[in-house]
Amino acid sequence: MNKIIALFVCLLATQLVYAEIINVQPQYEDRYQSLLEELRCLVCQNQTLADSSSELATDLRVQVKDMLEQGSSDQQILDFMSARYGDFVLYTPPVKSHTLFLWLGPFALLLIGVVTALWMIAQRAKQAPTISEADQQRLHNLLADQDTGEK
Amino acid sequence: MLRAIIPAALFIVLAGFLWIGLYKDPSLVPSPLIGKPVPEFTLSTLKDPTKNITQADFAADYALINVWATWCVACKQEHQALLNLAAQGVPIFGLNYKDDRQSAIQWLLEDGDPYVMSAFDESGRVAIDFGVYGAPETFLIDRQGIIQHKLIGVMTPVIWQNQFVPKINQLAAAPTQSYE
Repeated sequence: MNKIIALFVCLLATQLVYAEIINVQPQYEDRYQSLLEELRCLVCQNQTLADSSSELATDLRVQVKDMLEQGSSDQQILDFMSARYGDFVLYTPPVKSHTLFLWLGPFALLLIGVVTALWMIAQRAKQAPTISEADQQRLHNLLADQDTGEK
Repeated sequence: MLRAIIPAALFIVLAGFLWIGLYKDPSLVPSPLIGKPVPEFTLSTLKDPTKNITQADFAADYALINVWATWCVACKQEHQALLNLAAQGVPIFGLNYKDDRQSAIQWLLEDGDPYVMSAFDESGRVAIDFGVYGAPETFLIDRQGIIQHKLIGVMTPVIWQNQFVPKINQLAAAPTQSYE
């Protein structure tokens, strides 16, 4: 049992290796965190700079921290990154001709969906069953009979 | 009729996108630096810490800048290809990336040195300016120091022939001259 506990302690301890220390001055902490959430790590592409434990991510976190402390604006830092690594590092890509589909695509699909739905509803309304005059009369009579029958 | 065509058309479009996606490598991110000047930098040379190297040292008809490190396994794979290119007279500059100076010098002594010279970027700061996100990477720059091409991954004779030679021939002032 003790061995198993020891094993778990060791496994947990491996996490500490990744806990690097980047001391951001407290007044920059919020902006630092939100910038890291906004930037993609190119080594492990589905992680943000905040999540990634790759060496490059560490270097870029230091870069962000240094730029913040040198008084760069958020936009300057994002521009710095995209100038070097491309728009792909930005989780919110800028609106450009080749990102237009990305921005408008969902709305276009929504529009197609709404138009299709409206069209189908209109079709269905047209096909609503119509009853001939004679049938209408029969129905009326049947219902009337039923009413009197119940009484 | 329409009821059958629309889903079929949607399926074909979707399948087409997925099919193209199969042949794309998401780890290859196009560099925004292509067509831009090489970033300015000053670093010490790998072999002599007292000597500086800057982007001005790359001046040549064309040059390769190869990002390498001793911890990079793929760099070992492309080393022979680089040595062969250097032997053909291709000017290759090294950017030694986040490495240990002694191990790097040792590597060049043991396996051969394809580089005109290597810059020693211990912190990786200059590599950030180059948009490096994984070694090896190889940049092709022209006489004006404009980045013309970037290879992410291992240099091979085939990649050299297909990607680099045509660009270099385009750059060459005399079109008859070939750099094969």
